[in-house]
Amino acid sequence: MPVSVIELDNVSFFYNSHPILRDVSLKVEERDFLAIIGPNGSGKTTLLKIVLGVLSPRQGSVKVLGKTPSEAAGLLGYVPQDTALNKGFPISVQDVTLMGRLGRAGRERRYTSEDRALARQVLEKVGMWEYRDRPIGKLSGGQRQRVLIARALCAEPKILLMDEPTASVDTQFQTHLYDLLKELNATITIVVVSHDMNVLSGYINSVACLNQTLFYHDEGEITDEMLHSAYHCPVDLIAHGGVPHRVLRKHDHEDR
Amino acid sequence: MLDAFQPEFMRNALLAALLTSVVCGIIGTLVVVNRIVFISGGIAHAAYGGIGLAFFLRIPPLAGAAGFALVTAMIMSAVTLKNKQRADTVVGVMWAFGMALGIILVDLSSGYNVDLMSYLFGSILAVPRSDILMMALVDIGVLIIVGALYNSFLALSFDEEFAMAMGIRVDVLYYVLLGMIALSVIMLIRIVGLILVIALLTIPPFIAEKFCRSLKAMMVVSVFLNCLFSLVGLWFSYTLNLTSGATIIMVAAVFFFASVVYEWAREYFSGA
Repeated sequence: MPVSVIELDNVSFFYNSHPILRDVSLKVEERDFLAIIGPNGSGKTTLLKIVLGVLSPRQGSVKVLGKTPSEAAGLLGYVPQDTALNKGFPISVQDVTLMGRLGRAGRERRYTSEDRALARQVLEKVGMWEYRDRPIGKLSGGQRQRVLIARALCAEPKILLMDEPTASVDTQFQTHLYDLLKELNATITIVVVSHDMNVLSGYINSVACLNQTLFYHDEGEITDEMLHSAYHCPVDLIAHGGVPHRVLRKHDHEDR
Repeated sequence: MLDAFQPEFMRNALLAALLTSVVCGIIGTLVVVNRIVFISGGIAHAAYGGIGLAFFLRIPPLAGAAGFALVTAMIMSAVTLKNKQRADTVVGVMWAFGMALGIILVDLSSGYNVDLMSYLFGSILAVPRSDILMMALVDIGVLIIVGALYNSFLALSFDEEFAMAMGIRVDVLYYVLLGMIALSVIMLIRIVGLILVIALLTIPPFIAEKFCRSLKAMMVVSVFLNCLFSLVGLWFSYTLNLTSGATIIMVAAVFFFASVVYEWAREYFSGA
């Protein structure tokens, strides 16, 4: 029987009295590659932060790797949205990446030479090693995104959570990134949140549509009904070949 | 110019200036990068309530101020952690409340001829030996705490949510940080007074940030700038017979504007 690494049970979250998530239940199995899609303001980022233990739900229970989110801290890798970052901060690419080791660095949070070697390895993987001494503010948006990905990988996570990881990277790196994720997916669970469904096709093996409430399908198949509930407008699906390959046609009207 | 530092009170002032510069540069850097200048101002001004309370209860003023500032800092931490959006209003209220309470308590403590100005604008030339010992202790405490928790403070300052996801107790760190701010502010009250505290906490890191590529470097440069501003200010205040706190701040302000103009000029000429 497959093991659930993330279990959300009837989770609700409110910002002041404004509901963000309602009764969200979700089970993510080990080595799943889940995409959570939904329009802006649908609660995708909130859901990730609940799994990370950054936010606590008003109702419902959260289990990550069989523990509470704060107990599981350090076992998760997190790539936040680039826009949330303090860009004027005096910190180098290398020091940002090393931050990924904090969850593993023990109580005194000191970095060892192994930590530094690992930081080098992940920076090379995303092609940013040559920029290691550059201040984070002097990078382009796409380069910064790569560093954030390196930082998450540096945690050697059991679960990788990514919030719009391809928002500002170019197409070439996008493909490279998805191949890298595919490779990582052999050993770890990946959850990607995105409002752009097109970039996800071909890599994921399950999809959840979120718009306050969650519509989940464990085979990477998106039904018209699910998308309609999430986006309030029809989105066509074209499936060719076997599961999990899905190509989603871009829909004509923008989501409101 | 060394003649200025011959008298005993000037040597104490010099020592006090150097000791506070250390804490001020380190804590000031954390204040600036965490954008909690307003909270720091709130703690400094609310501390006046503690000074009033100390006069009322007839205990040493700085001890009263320290206790009161620590309590204020803990309340402000709790409020900020609970609701960031509303925190500035609460800080503003506590700022005014503390000062008002201080003034009323001093009114009620009749028989005392309190020199209010020395707490508002500092009196570095009247620093007693006991205060210097306290400053040295605070220095050592802050160096140990920030040294031990440097990577955690760096993570908190750069990306609080990521730090939480890495299992760092951001809430505890925040209480510790605001507690250290409270103690630093009390030390600085002696030097420049509670009204001018913010300038000495924020101007050196603001200048340092332009040249530094790491938080550590920013702290070191800020400590150095703090020493420079205090010593030059002290010298001017002695030779020109001006209020010491205000003179120190004026020196810092001149460097501040010079750094802004320098930055502006550099961008203008490199762009042209």
